[in-house]
Amino acid sequence: MDKSNINKIQNFSKSIRRNIIDMAFSAGASSAHLGGALSIVEIISTLFCHVMKYNDDPQWQDRDRFILSKGHACLAYYAALCEIGYISKDELQTFEKDSSKLLGHPVINREIGIDFSNGSLGMGLSLGIGVALSLKKRKKNNRVFVIIGDGECNEGSVWEAAMAASHFKLNNLFIFIDNNKFQQTGTNDQIMKTSDLRSKWESFGWETIDIDGHNIKELCNYFESMEDSELKPKAIIANTVKGKGFSFSENNNDWHHSILTKKLYDQALEELEVNK
Amino acid sequence: MIIDERNIKMWSTIGARATFGIAALEIAKKIDNLIVCTCDVSTSAGLDRFRKTLPDKYYDLGIAEQNLIGVAAGLASEGYNVITTTFAPFQTLRCCEQIKVNLGYMKQKICMVGIGSGLALGTLGFTHCCVEDVGVLRSIPNLNIVSPADSLETIKALEAAVNSEKSTYLRLTGSSNNPIIYNKDYEFKIGKSVTLVDGNDIIIFCAGAITKNCLTAAEILQKKNISVKVVNMHTIKPIDKNILDESQNFKLIVSVEEHNIYGGLGSAIAEYNSTFTNSPKQLFLGIKDIYGSGGTYDYLKEKHRLDPEKIVEDILKNLD
Repeated sequence: MDKSNINKIQNFSKSIRRNIIDMAFSAGASSAHLGGALSIVEIISTLFCHVMKYNDDPQWQDRDRFILSKGHACLAYYAALCEIGYISKDELQTFEKDSSKLLGHPVINREIGIDFSNGSLGMGLSLGIGVALSLKKRKKNNRVFVIIGDGECNEGSVWEAAMAASHFKLNNLFIFIDNNKFQQTGTNDQIMKTSDLRSKWESFGWETIDIDGHNIKELCNYFESMEDSELKPKAIIANTVKGKGFSFSENNNDWHHSILTKKLYDQALEELEVNK
Repeated sequence: MIIDERNIKMWSTIGARATFGIAALEIAKKIDNLIVCTCDVSTSAGLDRFRKTLPDKYYDLGIAEQNLIGVAAGLASEGYNVITTTFAPFQTLRCCEQIKVNLGYMKQKICMVGIGSGLALGTLGFTHCCVEDVGVLRSIPNLNIVSPADSLETIKALEAAVNSEKSTYLRLTGSSNNPIIYNKDYEFKIGKSVTLVDGNDIIIFCAGAITKNCLTAAEILQKKNISVKVVNMHTIKPIDKNILDESQNFKLIVSVEEHNIYGGLGSAIAEYNSTFTNSPKQLFLGIKDIYGSGGTYDYLKEKHRLDPEKIVEDILKNLD
């Protein structure tokens, strides 16, 4: 993995964080889900900047498919769609405004690269299975990427889907579990113990790996070195930090959904600058 | 499918569920991108032949209805024409939010077939009966809701639903030996009711297998010199407003359904008719918002006053 590529993805992540705080600030009093968006920045950057296949046409048949099952993290998604040119910076500023295309959870809009509506947790993986089955039926080698929350794994429907994906041998299906160890009102341990997520997914027949979800090199290496000998779907347990990137939000669950004030917005801009 | 007297008799004997299985296979032979997804009910839905004949077009998702709808929506999003099926309570209530988000909100097009709806599975108890499906689904935008009156109409409705641009819930009622309403081919269109018997005093709206009892009730009433019009309201959503406009000219409107009287066909009719200043009185026949004891189909129809004699009694009581 050459260094220039890593740098490129790092810069992409930085732009995403910048877009995220810009949108959160412009949303003002309507609040934004910052914590869970910031924890997936490196994952989404690696996917959109390096791993996934797409072109200028958001509806290109041969694109890889992306599904943000933890829909509340949409700030990171919209930011990425902006970076790849599917939506404009101006459009980002409409986030959560009246009749905007960009609400607090993704709304299907294939013209701007949003393939599905999500937000009600536990539904995205099932969609991913349907898409992955379709691609296999048509003998396409495109891949399907789904991001799921660790808290989202409380939902029973996730496990219905987990069972089915391995049953159908969907080795074209990749999920990232954003394992930031928090959910809406507390830690996973306090609210609902997820315990060892990796062994759970493994026992459901998935090929699994534990990864530092903020380490771009590690994320890239996984895809470079992956050998697809077994017909299994892949679960990447991405260990992350909720609110990653800003001193005030890291591991502070108040930022699950909160208002970014002018003072904190300025501080965030400064911190982005310092970390250049 | 060849619609002749022999087949109509055969479909009636095997009932709507098994007829659905045969129809799905015939449709799948013609439509290349058709896929059937089930939840471990191939035998109950008459799909064993389908499964063996067209294994590439058949996915069994196991006993997992929430995942069923999500997977079907994923397939639909890639251009497949998907039919899902399982028992009505599990096809609707168990995965209601998946239906809302994937079919209603996102408009992914699927045809859902709820088998054994209404009271036909009464011996199994009310976990398996389904008298809530129409009420619940009617509140979700972008869905057709169709309840065929007999086995032939099941075939015609399935074809229409597969060819519709909108998602459809097909509510299959009745058991084997499903009474024949149509003994020859006819024109079926989603949203357009069919007048089965014409009359002037009373108008009966019905849907599903209970239609036969309404026809028998009408015959009894005719003998008492009461003129009855019977309308097969196979589509509950979108409701046929033209026939409801016409219904304003009758002395009494009667809705008959194998469903809770709250939320189903009767409610749909009343919602529209309430926009008229002097709409006729409406009699709601159906399940009176209770579960109660289980039992055979015939027992339950009688208990809930849906047999022809009780329908007549209730109508006579409400005639001025």
